[in-house]
Amino acid sequence: MTLRNKILVLVAALAVLAGVGTASVLHAAGRADRKNQTQADGPQVAGGDVTLTPGASRRIVFRNMAWGPHRDELTTVAAADPTGPRTASGVKCLRFYAAAGTGICLQAEHGAVQDTYRAVVLDARLKERAHYALPGIPTRARVSPSGRWVAWTVFVGGDSYAGTNFSTRTAILDTATGQLTPSLEDFTAFKDGKEHHAADTNFWGVTFAADDRLFYATMATGGSTYLVRGDLAARTVTTVHANVECPSLSPDGTRIVYKKRVPGLPADAPWRLYALDLATMRERALAESKSVDDQAVWQDGHTVAYALPGDYGSDLYAVPADGTGKPRRLLTAGLAPAYLG
Amino acid sequence: MYVADSRGTPAATPDAARITSGRRSAVAPTVFALGTVSLITDVSSEMVTAVLPLYLVTGLGLSPLGFGLLDGVYNGFSALVRLLGGHLADRGGRHKTVAVLGYGLSALCKPLLLLASSLPVIGAVLAADRTGKGLRTAPRDALISLACAPESRGRAFGVHRAMDTAGALLGPLTAFLILRQAADGYDAVFTVSFCVAAVGVLVLLLFVPSRTATAPAPDAPRPSLKAALALLRERTVRHLTLAALLLGLATVSDSFVYLLLQHRLGVPDRWFALLPLGTAAAFLLLAVPLGRLADKVGRWQVFLGGHVALLLAYGLLLTGWQSPALPFLTLALHGGFYAATDGVLMAAAAGSVPAGLRSSGLALIQTGQAAARFVCSIAFGAAWTAWGDRTALGTAATALTACAVGAFLLRPSTSPKEARP
Repeated sequence: MTLRNKILVLVAALAVLAGVGTASVLHAAGRADRKNQTQADGPQVAGGDVTLTPGASRRIVFRNMAWGPHRDELTTVAAADPTGPRTASGVKCLRFYAAAGTGICLQAEHGAVQDTYRAVVLDARLKERAHYALPGIPTRARVSPSGRWVAWTVFVGGDSYAGTNFSTRTAILDTATGQLTPSLEDFTAFKDGKEHHAADTNFWGVTFAADDRLFYATMATGGSTYLVRGDLAARTVTTVHANVECPSLSPDGTRIVYKKRVPGLPADAPWRLYALDLATMRERALAESKSVDDQAVWQDGHTVAYALPGDYGSDLYAVPADGTGKPRRLLTAGLAPAYLG
Repeated sequence: MYVADSRGTPAATPDAARITSGRRSAVAPTVFALGTVSLITDVSSEMVTAVLPLYLVTGLGLSPLGFGLLDGVYNGFSALVRLLGGHLADRGGRHKTVAVLGYGLSALCKPLLLLASSLPVIGAVLAADRTGKGLRTAPRDALISLACAPESRGRAFGVHRAMDTAGALLGPLTAFLILRQAADGYDAVFTVSFCVAAVGVLVLLLFVPSRTATAPAPDAPRPSLKAALALLRERTVRHLTLAALLLGLATVSDSFVYLLLQHRLGVPDRWFALLPLGTAAAFLLLAVPLGRLADKVGRWQVFLGGHVALLLAYGLLLTGWQSPALPFLTLALHGGFYAATDGVLMAAAAGSVPAGLRSSGLALIQTGQAAARFVCSIAFGAAWTAWGDRTALGTAATALTACAVGAFLLRPSTSPKEARP
């Protein structure tokens, strides 16, 4: 083939491929636009005043996933009527949690050459109290029952091609003093009674106790995950149980609901919800038969709520925390719930 | 002394002669063509890398943790495939065919990502992608070495590696621009990535000649696996492989370097993702100058010098000295290490491997080096766990010094002057 013909072939192919590429981007852009249009059969959402203070009636605050102008905004709905009308706040979060008038909102900031992420501490009126740059993609957020301590976890990864090594970074913030611990790896870890150092140690999924000192979290090292009990004053974490991820401590501090990697399940859906009694260390499977990849939230002393994949990305479900009953759908098109009041 | 190039090509071919006798600044068109292929392919692959974690977490709602466990398996597999690719390419001088297969396979994996929605399937697609990468690397490097005169190999590899790295830097930017146009448009990113990869394959098909000037004659005996392994009986090849292996055993993997940088120098969290870019930028800027330097003063010297740069980077990480300049200096040294070793090792190796076994020989050395680095990663992780990061790095620095001295004593003669008859 002559050089001229080669160039002709290349130019023709470039034209075709550029067409395919452009079409795919336009198609995706159109689809993204449609998500800003309200669906007729979707949940009813209207903008309004959202506060994190406990009101006359109990409410759920969560990230609204329904299509329309209020997609991804913090939204409240009456806890007694979760499928009822929603009030959207205008504040967008990827992950969120709130307790006692303190909110933590992990959000994306769209920059000129790349997206960055930040953690924003909100007051009861959803006004920003402080913000912190995040080193990766947000995945978990929690506030202590008193509203003083805040924790969040992000994924850090994607450094080199097909580099499949992801790690997590979990930070803890004392909102009373403003002291930020950027990584739980700075705490002294004890595993099986011995001080533990390993470069492969990862933490995620903090859950706080009511005393503002005790917390639980997941620690992963050497291919295994552990439940660790943490001490905010001593800055230590200690393993207490194996094969526990994303613990969620009950309001009375006696039980933990968590996702457990069950042997024999498919590698892409390996988790089941379990409850662990901290006094007896006995664990019990909950009635949910699907794989749950979320950190559950206690509705009250008896029931936990969690997200499962759905048509809008994510729906919220609830199941009794004692292994009885069966799961029921709480609401569609929602993620990252917290109970107010 | 056994000299590969004189045996592979009884007389300098016109193309090679032109380059040798003509202006020394000319880089063979084939090298530019291969550099372009790599640049385009890296844009395509780094687009995917940049959005993969985001896609897994926000697009598919998966937890990417534990995915890393497969990493070692992939790497070992990729190293074996590289040996296979090298051997296949040498049989009948089919470098281009095997390279096209490798680039083509990786290109086809991009649309497959659209169909995969669970971690095991995505893992399988990425494994196929790596198989393509493993297949193509050795024949591509062989083509580069065969397309240019022995005196300018260092520069040729430098040009190729610089173009390759430029593509790696452009990829994430392209992906980001697409996601700006279309929120959650991961399918668009994968489709565009496929289109870009297809252009790369096309450039390879159209503009890289299947027979290079110094390639062995078609009627040359088909190299056997035995002949490829017998290369190790050759003193220079053996010493070079041994030296690459020794130095690889003390080369701490990139992610540990970035973690150490963060621990020791207090690099803010939000900069963490930018650290690899620093290394890449230094690699991009230094690849050509250091390649030229290797041609002038000797590849082996520059290769060793690169490891001295790495040793200096370790040293900087070990000192308690705090300065805003330190991360930049460390990353410049780290990128310089790559610029002085990655292409330069191939340029050095090409001088001692006969043209008929070029792919196999290069693959052998690359695989040896990769395996040694993998062993080092595991050992370093264990040392970090047992003794803490500072002691582990101190040990690595000591080991690197010892290996460098050992490699210096081996001193395989690969400088262009000595390599010529």
